[in-house]
Amino acid sequence: MSVPGAWYLILAAVLFSIGAAGMLLRRNMLVMFMCVELMLNAANLTFVTYSRMLGDVAGQVAVFFVLIVAAAEVVVGLGIIVALFRRRSGATADDFHILKG
Amino acid sequence: MTPAPVTMPAAARAATATTAMIASVPSGPLVLPHVDYGALMPELILIGAAMLILTASAMTVRRAPQIVWTAVTVVASAAAGVASFVLWQRVTTHGPYAGLSGSLAVDGFSAVFLLLVSAATLLFALVANGWLEREGDKGPEMQALAMLSGSGAMLMASANDLIVLFLGLEIMSIALYVMAAMNHRREESGEAAMKYFLLGAFSSALLVYGIALTYGATGSTNLGRIAAFLSTEVVVSNGVLLAGMMLILVGLGFKVAAVPFHGWAPDVYDGSPSPVSGYMAAVAKAGGFAALVRVLLSSFSVLRLDWQPVVYGLALASLALGAILAVMQSDVKRMLAYSSISHVGFILVGVESGTRQAASGAEYYLFTYAFMVIGSFAVVSVLAGLGDRHHAISDFRGLAGRRPFLALSFTVLLLAQAGIPFTTGFLAKFYVLAAAVSGGFYVLATLAMLSAVVAAFFYLRLVLVMYGTGVQVAPLSREPAEEARRRSILQPILAGPGISVAGAASPVAVVPAGTGGGELPQGSAPEEGPLGGVFEQPPAASEAALPAMAAVAIGACVLVTVVFGIWAGPLVELAQRSTLLF
Repeated sequence: MSVPGAWYLILAAVLFSIGAAGMLLRRNMLVMFMCVELMLNAANLTFVTYSRMLGDVAGQVAVFFVLIVAAAEVVVGLGIIVALFRRRSGATADDFHILKG
Repeated sequence: MTPAPVTMPAAARAATATTAMIASVPSGPLVLPHVDYGALMPELILIGAAMLILTASAMTVRRAPQIVWTAVTVVASAAAGVASFVLWQRVTTHGPYAGLSGSLAVDGFSAVFLLLVSAATLLFALVANGWLEREGDKGPEMQALAMLSGSGAMLMASANDLIVLFLGLEIMSIALYVMAAMNHRREESGEAAMKYFLLGAFSSALLVYGIALTYGATGSTNLGRIAAFLSTEVVVSNGVLLAGMMLILVGLGFKVAAVPFHGWAPDVYDGSPSPVSGYMAAVAKAGGFAALVRVLLSSFSVLRLDWQPVVYGLALASLALGAILAVMQSDVKRMLAYSSISHVGFILVGVESGTRQAASGAEYYLFTYAFMVIGSFAVVSVLAGLGDRHHAISDFRGLAGRRPFLALSFTVLLLAQAGIPFTTGFLAKFYVLAAAVSGGFYVLATLAMLSAVVAAFFYLRLVLVMYGTGVQVAPLSREPAEEARRRSILQPILAGPGISVAGAASPVAVVPAGTGGGELPQGSAPEEGPLGGVFEQPPAASEAALPAMAAVAIGACVLVTVVFGIWAGPLVELAQRSTLLF
């Protein structure tokens, strides 16, 4: 018995929505960061599912690029977060209010 | 690989997917695609030079003077500009083509953007040199990151595949996140980087999901194949395709800071080092718009009726909000940020019509805007003083008496942004509005002109502030109060009443030496200071020396803006001959 492809797509959409909602609602920068990763991996799951459904390898190749970019983003993002941590304790986005958005 | 027939029921296809994939793996020796190094040369030069200066600085024991890194950057960006021009000549004589297995579009459109990014990187290197020397921030990082970021923008402009587009966007953005955080003396800089990073990562996640959905609906990420597929086949899953297209639009809308995705722009432009703000406004917008125009006009051209209302809304919101909020700013960098949002609205007005004229209009606008905005932020950067802190409108009061060259240059650049005739800014607005009118968007074009009138107000106000009150240097009451408020939040110990009084007198008056520490609002302990606890008193705006290189860059920006505004032929021809690949 095989799971229909649409289920994977729905799962990916749900994961993406959770990530997007978390990004908009949570205030802790590390959690926001994890939400971005969740969104990127939901996109990866979509790529792989469509790649299976279409019988085309290109979608799976795209996943590698997305993974590499996500890794690079982690490096820079954590670097910035650490640089901010050193100036003050806590990583809550609400603490950053010098610039009046 | 040929695009898979998506019209076949997906479920039936899934059953045979595994065997199909195994069958599609070539059994012979791996055939590598032909790599067209000529088409990639501008990017390769910039990346190579960035790697070179980073390696060189790691290998040398003694710290080389800043001028060495700047010189390498200037030479590399000039070389990239020459390579772009060679590419332009090749394209205009032999016609556009898609290189690297169809993933790279080599056409006039991309060649002009390559030229733009090369020029912007060169100007940035000149402006940043003075900034880095003033801040005592030795090292090649800023210049190397600028070149890497530029190479990403170039890749975005010439991407003919959504995955290549995404990679270019990330190469550009990740370098820009770090560049935004490069000002150690202002806490706002780190905050700006954080905001830019979180929203940038969020927008690229939206973009990737959009690409994935588009891939699912059309069976390819190649822009040419998507266009071919959409014009020949009836799409089964139209909702998926539309969702994908909208997510791509939103992702790129974040990058170019179109309203309602503009929230980050004022904070990031304010907090970043001033040269970086200018570079961001020029290059990130150029890359974002190049990708947006190419995606909308080439592959989603068939779906015009679906994206036009969205672009219409974005354009209108950007024009209105950008102009109105810019009027309300008391800080020059924030004002320029909101003005850049209203410029985004103008470019979107041009894009809206979706014709060939739209592409060249947007291109001309971005090309000329790059010079105006880099020049403007260069003036701000010179005047902001140590720590890059003095950029309230009140700091520009009576500038004409103290710094005639800077005041005149800034005036020209501001008037050009307002769209005064005999500058490139006028022609830029003219061409995007002409594109909108020829597409039948009369209402939008009229509203755009109205917003230009509102925008003229805040540009002229700044000009009047610079020329109006002569050499009288009394600061406006609002900004020092703001500074004092910030300091009282951030460092309750240091922000005693004495310092607040001294701060209120500060921007141009001479401040007693004992209050020097109070000028650093980051509330850091002295040993955390970049100069090992030695805090110099920031020179007041009138005393800051004008670095020769920055003067050259500002002069070049003014010259381009005025000369090509009067002698319009060459640039206009450049934009009009730069056709899209398909």
